Amino acid sequence: MSVPTPGVQTYTPREFHRQAHDALGNPQIRANFRSAMDGLMAKRRDVFGDWDLEALRELGANIRLRALAKLPDLLEQLETNCQANGIRVHWAEDGEQACRIIRELCEAREAKAVIKGKSMVTEEMHLNAHLEAAGIEALESDLGEYLVQLNEQTPSHIIMPAIHLNTDEIAGIMHDKTGIERTRDVDTMTAAARSQLRERFMSADVGISGVNFAVAETGTLCLVENEGNGRMTTTVPPVHIAVTGIEKVVEQLRDVPPLYALLSRSATGQHVTTYFNMISAPRQSDEHDGPEEVHLVLVDNGRSNIYQDDELLDTLRCIRCGACMNHCPVYTRVGGHTYGTTYPGPIGSILMPHLMGLEETKDLPTASSLCGACGEVCPVKIPIPDLLVRLRQESVGEGRGNVPGAGAKRTRKEAAAWKGFQWLATHPAAWRGGTAVAGKLRALAPSRLGVWTDHRSAPKPAGTTLHALVKRHRAGKDADQDTGNTTGNTKGDNGS
Amino acid sequence: MSARETILKRLRERADGPLTAPESDFAVVTGRDWSAEERLARFERLITSVHGEVVHVTRDDWTRALAKLLSDRGVNRLALGREHPVAAEARAALVDTEVELVDVDRDIETWQREQFDRVDAGLTSVGGAIAETGSLWLWPTPDEPRRLSLVPPVHIAVLEADAIEDTFFDVIESRGWAGGMPTNALLISGPSKTADIEQTLAYGVHGPRELIVLVRHAGAAAGDAGGTA
Repeated sequence: MSVPTPGVQTYTPREFHRQAHDALGNPQIRANFRSAMDGLMAKRRDVFGDWDLEALRELGANIRLRALAKLPDLLEQLETNCQANGIRVHWAEDGEQACRIIRELCEAREAKAVIKGKSMVTEEMHLNAHLEAAGIEALESDLGEYLVQLNEQTPSHIIMPAIHLNTDEIAGIMHDKTGIERTRDVDTMTAAARSQLRERFMSADVGISGVNFAVAETGTLCLVENEGNGRMTTTVPPVHIAVTGIEKVVEQLRDVPPLYALLSRSATGQHVTTYFNMISAPRQSDEHDGPEEVHLVLVDNGRSNIYQDDELLDTLRCIRCGACMNHCPVYTRVGGHTYGTTYPGPIGSILMPHLMGLEETKDLPTASSLCGACGEVCPVKIPIPDLLVRLRQESVGEGRGNVPGAGAKRTRKEAAAWKGFQWLATHPAAWRGGTAVAGKLRALAPSRLGVWTDHRSAPKPAGTTLHALVKRHRAGKDADQDTGNTTGNTKGDNGS
Repeated sequence: MSARETILKRLRERADGPLTAPESDFAVVTGRDWSAEERLARFERLITSVHGEVVHVTRDDWTRALAKLLSDRGVNRLALGREHPVAAEARAALVDTEVELVDVDRDIETWQREQFDRVDAGLTSVGGAIAETGSLWLWPTPDEPRRLSLVPPVHIAVLEADAIEDTFFDVIESRGWAGGMPTNALLISGPSKTADIEQTLAYGVHGPRELIVLVRHAGAAAGDAGGTA
């Protein structure tokens, strides 16, 4: 299999069906995701072995609900405590505002180069492109993100960004883009990336990271990682800018251990990640390292809209572990890029419609068999299948209209068809007459019914309706009873 | 209206009305009731399962084990603190050896390149450890700064055998972390690692390639707690 063609590959949720078709026809993609997801599912199963998983999930859900219930107060408390610790707090209503705030912070330091730790919210707001346009180089330092950026792609998984690439493809990228000798040896490639990125950590003017949990009680930013690039990003450059969605706040420090336990186990099946980094303040006057400035950018970008609705609110509990995609039969087959959105898989399908509107994302809520696996593994018990159904309703304009672009999928023909069905199903005489006629004319039923019949045979009305069958059955029974045969119809059928 | 006011207003004037906060039951993350032996055994099992190395030593002669470890690994330049008893004892013991001691109580700007390129190992004390996950916890100080456990390719951590607690939750509660957090607090569970290249584990991607934990026991018999010296 060859290395993916260089050049920016663009995916959009509008083209979900075409992209899914392409991905399904790509044996490389199928194999990469299948083996990765199988491994992740097995590891998660093993690591929760000796835990009361249900009690832990209950606690996780409950901590997140409590945080959401007190969200505005906790955000203010977080701000107060961060500021008291010397962390400067900024608020952004949308991605554009957040990008501008971050760019201005960089410009104030005359920054030319920024090094980034993994942050999905900065992917969501396309921060890298924004900074590049302002002449500031933004380099990803998580190995997977680094590879994806070298290959001019976007992440295909929220935890394992380069999961769509196999070793051969990565060997090609490392050789072509960084000039190292071509090798398939993972240790050699990792060591090469280590030395390349260490230079960049030293020369970066600003480090930008995400946040896994922001603790209101103490003004602490928690970062979860294995590589150490998050610690480098937040410790080596003179400025650290942490960016987070407003929903990531938790009330107390004691809320952190359960969520961290759930996150590392659900995401990659680890008991614990290599590093858990809790940042509460910039470098103090007596300290010898650490950033002089720490900033926290709180980003709304649609979250306060989701917050309005009792049912949709559950989406905001998410701790971004990716277990729902690891267990999704659709995601496993089509891969992350097919969704064309920052967050792919089940969580993306319930989150992205809020961020991009249903006009853009109307096919995502239907990219699910509603098998329920995502809801069952979710560490904070988000009822993802219910939310998918809710968004399907919103997409045809039958919900409460709390999602931008509600009704985007509504067609007059389909609406009329369901209306007709509803009338028929509530008028028995018309129903019986209609189905009887349909049965008589079954030979005329079309064998092609749009996309439905691409992979299925078309349904045909039965020659005899269920009503007629039941009627006939009952008539037979009555006849048996009339002749005094009370032992049941089996004997009667056999006759004598 | 500022972005801050707009966001807070939208959250406060929630369309579906105010939410009720549930109470939380933390029983599932505490109350393990492990014995000291179980704690140590569990800590060792878990941290070695993620490529950490454990060496049992006594408080009296731990520096001999350290010196041997440094020479076995060919560590020529060791970065370490000065005031913490662990650092002070190590300095005293290593002063007459081949190992060059690198001071870390200097502003990093004056020796950044040296720290990245010319330090073979970093030695730190730790606050304690967590049995459940095989984790060390550290509160870096001016004496043992943040990067001492991150930048050098080998991290040697010195842990007191009786400083292992059951769970992360227990550490936070028993030590009263919420009452005052340091600028940076860390859990470290093994050396730096990645599985970003086709799920293949590789160590030392950004941070240390090796993590060696010297577990210090009281008294003379290093092997008493069930480990191998």
